[in-house]
Amino acid sequence: MAGGKEIRNKIKSVQNTRKITKAMEMVSASKMRRAQERMRSGRPYAQKIGRLAANLALANVTDYRHPFLAKVENPTKAGLILISTDKGLCGGLNTNLFRMVLNRLKEWEEGGVKDIRVTCIGNRGLGFMQRMGAKVISHVTQVGDAPHLERLIGPVKVMIDAYLSGQVEAVYIGFNRFVNTMKQEPRVVQLLPLTGESMGTPDSSWDYIYEPDAQAVIDEVMLRLVEAAVYQTVAENMASEQSARMVAMKAASDNAGNVIKQLQLVYNKTRQAAITREISEIVGGAAAV
Amino acid sequence: MAMTVHVDVVSTEEQIFSGLAESVSLPGEAGELGILPGHTPLLTRIRPGAVRLKLPNQEQDELVFVAGGVLEVQPGLITVLADTAIRGRDLDEAKAMDAKRQAEEAMANQGSKLDYARAQAELAEAAAQLAMIERMKKRGH
Repeated sequence: MAGGKEIRNKIKSVQNTRKITKAMEMVSASKMRRAQERMRSGRPYAQKIGRLAANLALANVTDYRHPFLAKVENPTKAGLILISTDKGLCGGLNTNLFRMVLNRLKEWEEGGVKDIRVTCIGNRGLGFMQRMGAKVISHVTQVGDAPHLERLIGPVKVMIDAYLSGQVEAVYIGFNRFVNTMKQEPRVVQLLPLTGESMGTPDSSWDYIYEPDAQAVIDEVMLRLVEAAVYQTVAENMASEQSARMVAMKAASDNAGNVIKQLQLVYNKTRQAAITREISEIVGGAAAV
Repeated sequence: MAMTVHVDVVSTEEQIFSGLAESVSLPGEAGELGILPGHTPLLTRIRPGAVRLKLPNQEQDELVFVAGGVLEVQPGLITVLADTAIRGRDLDEAKAMDAKRQAEEAMANQGSKLDYARAQAELAEAAAQLAMIERMKKRGH
């Protein structure tokens, strides 16, 4: 039988753990609201530039065709932008994503993709890809609570340059889609060449006046479109991260509560047993006298 | 009442302005632009500077500073897609080079073959842990 003091210490330590998980739960609850807000406030830009790109794709069929709009059948070299969290303690969020990414990579390899290059956003993904021995061509970690486009530009440009120079023929992006607070979905979608999905529907066909010239403006719009898409997925992944962490920490706090309840029961039983034994000893002693 | 046109000013991070305006003036790539309702479709890059919006029934112009971006004029709709950071080919290039160098350093002592078996083992372990937690929860622990 464990002594009363040991059990008391154990209860104390579990209580401390619960304090920490509770605090983390509340922190991510408040961060989650802001992260969702940020995810939503980025949407107008993504929608607008998507529609603009769709207009351009329609209006500009004859002169200049941007490489992002090219069609690729069965690419043999692929790029992947993997968006993950910087920190752990967010349930199965990263694990689920990595499992999905791994399956996709395997499928690609079986489908004839020989060369895979990876850009990692977030510490967890970087660690995973490095342990796996993938070809990481660029990465960014410690992104913080708010995604800053400025920090993403460099690593993403490395991947875009690889695409433009033909080192990769298609670029995919892996992230956690935010469905709602309780549910996040790992996703791997095609980023380049652009698909109809990422562009939206064109308003109608008209040709613009371009300043300074068509190619320069189209290049800029296409680049911004891709950057905005990456930014948006990073924002979405962050909202997913905070929600997942909140849920995970809530579960941890609840579990700690249950453990404390059980330990308390054991403690009370031992205490009662000790008292009963003492009384019977005294009674036995008195009877002997 | 003067004619108005719908104007949206958005950046990647937020919607800055959305509403009706009588005119918009901003620094275009080829020079200062003043755009009134009914302008012909136009697509241009804009330089860092102020976007000035003349709002109906308001003395003061609305001022929005942008660090560059793209202006799109459609019949009945003007959209300013603003950049949040000062951008330039050289600056972007420097950032990309920086990122590349970092990655190369990290790659220096790495194998090149994808180690699926190892990664899978690692994932399996994590998955097993998760399943265990799930089971413990169900058992009403």
